[in-house]
Amino acid sequence: MVESTLSLASITPALPEIYLGAVICLVLLVDVFGAAKFPSLGTTLSVLLLGLGSVLIAFHSLVPARTVLFDGLYVADPVAGFLKLAAFLAVALALYYSQAYRRRRGLRGGEYDVLALTALLGICVLISANNLLTVYLGVELLSLSLYALVAFERDSGDAAEAAIKYFVLGAIASGALLYGMSMLYGLTGTLDLGKLATAAHDQASAGLLIGMAFVIVAVAFKFGAVPFHMWVPDVYQGAPTSVTLFIASAPKLASFAFTYRLLSQGLAGMPQAWAQMLGVVAVLSLALGNVVAIAQTNLRRMLAYSTIANVGFILLGFVTASPDGYQAALNYTVVYVLTTLGSFGAILLVSTKGSELDQLEDYKGFVTRDPLMAVLLAALMFSTAGVPPFVGFWAKLWIIQSLVNAHLLWLAGFAVLVSVIGAYYYLRVIWFIFFEPPVERARGEAGGAERAVLGLNVLALFALGVVPNVLLALCQRLLPG
Amino acid sequence: MQALLSILIWLPIAGGVLTWLIGDRNPRLARWLALLTSLAALVLSIPLYTHFDSGSAAAQFVESHPWIPQLHSSYALGVDGISLPLILLTTFMTVPVIIAGWSVIEKRPAQYFASFLIMEGLMVGVFAALDTLLFYFFWEAMLIPMFLIIGVWGGKRRVYATLKFFLYTFLGSVFMLVALIYMYNKSGDYSIASFQALPLTLTEQRWIFFAFLLAFAVKVPMWPVHTWLPDAHVEAPTGGSVILAAIMLKMGGYGLLRFSLTMTPDASRELDWLIVTLSLIAVIYIGFVAIAQTDMKKLIAYSSIAHMGFVTLGAFLAYSIMRHTGAYTGAVNALDGAMIQMISHGVISGAMFLCIGVLYDRMHTRDIAAYGGVINTMPIFGAFFVLFSLANTGLPGTSGFVGEFLVILASFKASFWYALAAGTTLVLGAAYTLWLVKRVIFGPVANDHVAALKDLEPREFLVLGVLAVAVLLIGLYPAPLVNLMESSVHHLLQQMTATKLPVA
Repeated sequence: MVESTLSLASITPALPEIYLGAVICLVLLVDVFGAAKFPSLGTTLSVLLLGLGSVLIAFHSLVPARTVLFDGLYVADPVAGFLKLAAFLAVALALYYSQAYRRRRGLRGGEYDVLALTALLGICVLISANNLLTVYLGVELLSLSLYALVAFERDSGDAAEAAIKYFVLGAIASGALLYGMSMLYGLTGTLDLGKLATAAHDQASAGLLIGMAFVIVAVAFKFGAVPFHMWVPDVYQGAPTSVTLFIASAPKLASFAFTYRLLSQGLAGMPQAWAQMLGVVAVLSLALGNVVAIAQTNLRRMLAYSTIANVGFILLGFVTASPDGYQAALNYTVVYVLTTLGSFGAILLVSTKGSELDQLEDYKGFVTRDPLMAVLLAALMFSTAGVPPFVGFWAKLWIIQSLVNAHLLWLAGFAVLVSVIGAYYYLRVIWFIFFEPPVERARGEAGGAERAVLGLNVLALFALGVVPNVLLALCQRLLPG
Repeated sequence: MQALLSILIWLPIAGGVLTWLIGDRNPRLARWLALLTSLAALVLSIPLYTHFDSGSAAAQFVESHPWIPQLHSSYALGVDGISLPLILLTTFMTVPVIIAGWSVIEKRPAQYFASFLIMEGLMVGVFAALDTLLFYFFWEAMLIPMFLIIGVWGGKRRVYATLKFFLYTFLGSVFMLVALIYMYNKSGDYSIASFQALPLTLTEQRWIFFAFLLAFAVKVPMWPVHTWLPDAHVEAPTGGSVILAAIMLKMGGYGLLRFSLTMTPDASRELDWLIVTLSLIAVIYIGFVAIAQTDMKKLIAYSSIAHMGFVTLGAFLAYSIMRHTGAYTGAVNALDGAMIQMISHGVISGAMFLCIGVLYDRMHTRDIAAYGGVINTMPIFGAFFVLFSLANTGLPGTSGFVGEFLVILASFKASFWYALAAGTTLVLGAAYTLWLVKRVIFGPVANDHVAALKDLEPREFLVLGVLAVAVLLIGLYPAPLVNLMESSVHHLLQQMTATKLPVA
């Protein structure tokens, strides 16, 4: 049901992107005319408009039926609506947590907000992609915005180094993606994901397999999965913490959508082939991420390796190539984004003028300096480690359950084993916070409002952990079998 | 009455959160709130006992609400004759722990009391859960407060000890989770009852048996996965040691009875020699290890492992009794013995750790060599210490006797050699415990520090007095306890001896 004429009714499903485009223009204009007088106006406006936008999406664009627009380039379906809602909220939250930090570090330029918003636009385009070209458009819009954000702090050598690494490796991954897409197109004659699914089968030619392999390279790179993970630790540690927070959160939703659209939908005809490759990537990510994280002394770098391990878990959901695996992966991604927002948000809120406070050493005896933040951080760590009553436990449980369902018992055993290894370095953070005698550090300048929002963020992890059926029911409705 | 179990779980947790929120600005209020909450939980658990119908093996005080309908998992609670005594033990032992920490804990006291209250709720949850996912939820969540208790208020090597404790138990538990998910896939819901009714081939049962065993053996702990326990006990604050020994170890025993025996009965029958062997090694080898200890807490920790060996031995004796005599007569004694041993060890080991805590608070050392002749300066304390020590050796008239006697009695039916090996505990237990008493309590006053000791405060007297009464009561009149669990034990015996192999 491809519509060829452009009418107002036919473009309303794309309202989130249209709204976002308008917001970007508005923020740009406000920045030009108002930045001198009110330097944080752009950020405040962005946060408010994103909040409004998420309300809009919630009431308008959580469409029940699948609608295809723009000659099949764009799809609006329930999962897209939900992912966009989550992305809007995640970006709003990320910008909100960053305010004080950016004020201190002089990262106030309105370009920052605009870049964050264009990245979000990229995420939305990717989420709604129904065509290889749209996928590529979304990926590039997102990636280019992120490269610029990482390099935003011009005078920082670390940031520049991180940005260059990210850019060069990202460019190679984009190249690989394009190359893979060109092979898929050349052999099937279509760019449309729906048609691709019927054209490409498991028994397909070696050319298709090679094309698919290149696509998987791009998937692994965007997720930051082994062996394409090199950029993750350097970018997480080198970029300003506010940018790390941004990169670690909403773009993971895009990575999920990217994988889901390309592999689960586009290459639905050859699940055996890509599931095996993803399986290898997932196992390597879980092993390397969890083991190397143990050796880190920098909290941000440790969380980077933790990300790699978590991505391994998300990919395990895809390895099952089954609806319940995708549901579990979606659930895990959402939980992961919520937790990461909290963890990096906490680091942002406790950082001070002189110090990023991102060394583990800085957190010695943190509980005596700031009991509330200490407990919140501990809860975040326990959740990421997968200990009940926090939602991180259920996220892992559903991934493991989908593996057992798919008779991948060995993978399930491996997953639980590495999560025990992983528990160690999360516990180490708690150990530093609670068990060590305090060290002298200045107190963070974050205001009461930001701390309250972080408190709610963590409370959500707890509430979803005690009443876990809410999120699961949602995921099941969004990705029915 | 309907929501009694829920109240017993959530009241302490709510009290704990409130205590934590009060914080250290008002430690007095926090203490009193903690004490009142634990007392309220104790009082509320009494109707659980009085209204319990011991003639029925079915779960009672049942509550069931949908929890995760997508997974067919429900918030289902209930007790039978096996879980009820353990819940009573939990609510009973938490009170002395709170009182024992009353004025001793100076570092962040509100958080200390809060942790114990939250622990109490979660432990009751473990024993009351009728749904395996709910069970696992409580089982894992409990690691958090214990991790903090050992890590924050522990001794010098507390970080090492608490990480070892956490990772050991975590590693053990995760494979149980995989086993539970596997069984869910076959049965369609997560309730304990449907897992018990689920037919499984012998190969499946073996895998599940080992997954369970890993989780429960670490918790009990059984030789050779016991090494976390001495470390955790030595470094934990007194209250932490008490809860650890009195209740957390019982979760392992409970798990073996409730999960391993009933869900994988054929594998249990096939592999009972493994459990029996490990149990006997725990009794004999760990008994010898205990003799060699120079640290009082470590000695009691090893003694705990040896005593828990009786629990695991009693739980798995039925199969060899059947093999040896052709009937299950006597098997009930073994199960009764295992259960009574759990309750009795909970009280005695708790009391022993409290006694050591009393000494440690005064002398700040647990080294046996630093003591001697304590009875001269602390006669009342000495009397308590001797009483609990004798109970620990299994003196008739104390609770320690009943459980061990029943298990040894049953093991005679299984094999003379089992009985002989198990019987060595009478010698070894006496050796390590009485030698401890001799070195610490009796003899001439060893040094000036001992000479300066002051006898029990009223607070300490109250705590030890209550425990002493409990030890004697169970020892002299165990009938109510045995009656309480009689139907459930018979039912358990039926379940563990039936076969679950699918009919071909």
